[in-house]
Amino acid sequence: MNLIWEGIQRAFLLLFSGDPEVWEITLLSLKVSGLATAISLVLGLPFGTWLALGRLPGQRFMLSLVNTGMALPPVVVGLWVSIFLWRSGPLGDLRLIYTPAAIVVAQTIIAAPVVTGLTVAALQQLDPRLQWQLLGLGASRWQMTWALWREARLPLLAALMAGFGSVISEVGASMMVGGNIRHQTRVLTTAVVLETGKGEFARAIALGLLLLLLAYLVNLALTWIQQRGAKK
Amino acid sequence: MNRRFSLITLLIILSLLAGGLAACAQATPVATEAPAAAEPAVKDLILATTTSTQDSGLLDVLVPMFQDQTGYVVKMVAVGTGEALKMGEEGNADVLLVHAPSSEKELMDKGFGAERLLVMHNDFIIVGPADDPAAIKGTATAAEALKKISDAQAAFISRGDDSGTHKAELKLWDKAGVAPQGEWYQESGQGMGATLTIASEKKAYTLTDRATYLANKDTLQLEIMVEGEAALLNVYHVITVNPEKWPKVNAEGATAFAQFLVAPETQAVIAEFGKDKFGQPLFFPDAGKTDADLGLK
Repeated sequence: MNLIWEGIQRAFLLLFSGDPEVWEITLLSLKVSGLATAISLVLGLPFGTWLALGRLPGQRFMLSLVNTGMALPPVVVGLWVSIFLWRSGPLGDLRLIYTPAAIVVAQTIIAAPVVTGLTVAALQQLDPRLQWQLLGLGASRWQMTWALWREARLPLLAALMAGFGSVISEVGASMMVGGNIRHQTRVLTTAVVLETGKGEFARAIALGLLLLLLAYLVNLALTWIQQRGAKK
Repeated sequence: MNRRFSLITLLIILSLLAGGLAACAQATPVATEAPAAAEPAVKDLILATTTSTQDSGLLDVLVPMFQDQTGYVVKMVAVGTGEALKMGEEGNADVLLVHAPSSEKELMDKGFGAERLLVMHNDFIIVGPADDPAAIKGTATAAEALKKISDAQAAFISRGDDSGTHKAELKLWDKAGVAPQGEWYQESGQGMGATLTIASEKKAYTLTDRATYLANKDTLQLEIMVEGEAALLNVYHVITVNPEKWPKVNAEGATAFAQFLVAPETQAVIAEFGKDKFGQPLFFPDAGKTDADLGLK
């Protein structure tokens, strides 16, 4: 009990003392997971739209793969990305292992199926007649897609939030491909593991609180946009 | 309204992208100052080491010193000794700082290591709950103590992760003539710090290096039971990965790091490390000594 109270007290001290290392770690988490989410959106939104609207054979099978991908365990992704990026691996010459870029790659693989799968779900719950109506009104395919995205913007933003949530909180992949290197690839989740291992529970609690705060602020911003969209 | 909505979304995505790209451009460390020495040809140096050196905080002191002196950028990966040795064998690391002498010798015999130097030692201790259910406190040798633990079926937490500490533990069981298995023998599969916490919570015995125990002592309800025997020495060697086997390794950087660890200045830092915080040193510098000097065979 003492530990919890002391931990939380010291956590707040750390948060407000402006410890440069804590902020460096937080900023890196935000950048890496933000970029991974953005890339997942760039990949997942078009692919998900194609899966939702297309009428080609094999798409249902692909969708089942994407939905399975939503449950990809981060450590498994971490293992495979490591094997590819290690010097002994096929992509070893890129020298990406133990860099923030490697974490972005792994986190993109984790978040992309989430964004894709939820994009499909978001678009498929629209009235299918909407598409034909739009096309009938003379919209080009691109204009129709744009209109559908706008129509489904609330669940699409939820897809984005879920993607971000899946990567900001994962530790397995970041630890394996990033290596938790101080000043280079240490992010909030791996730092929590390290500080716990060192017995520095107060720091671990502080970093954990920061992680929650960060996730909250990002989701607050997205929710705000989402609900503004909902009102009118 | 819709136009504004998409505009805001676009802005957010763009800023996320920009931020992320900036992060990737910063693959080099933010905190190190301009290096004093001439820039090395290949700056990245991958050091595979054990969780015990990281959890004790020693490398957080030594690595920045080395980076300032030489201009290398060290990527320190803390894993179990088993994985660290494997990384050396596959050429995925440039230099190793490890503590499993017999496995290290195997690596050298297979030709994967170029140079192997004695750096320092500390010692393993057996810790356990204060009420000492197997009555091992003060036992002369670790093997005898382990025999008592297995006879009493008292809970024992093993690292179980092929780390240097785990290898040392298995060797001691072997010496005790016991094949540890049963409900009382549990494997945590985690680092030393986490394993100590588990042992403390479960009122169990465990084998730990002294440094990690001292660093975590305040949060643990564990006491030292057995200590101070040659079989309990925990010896660290630095190994440079053989560039003849793996041409891609940063051999120059690896040699520079190995030489840095055994330099008198660094050895003095190692000898002092931990004294201010724990009242006793965590590691004892051993550069230039041989295994025989330490009382090993």
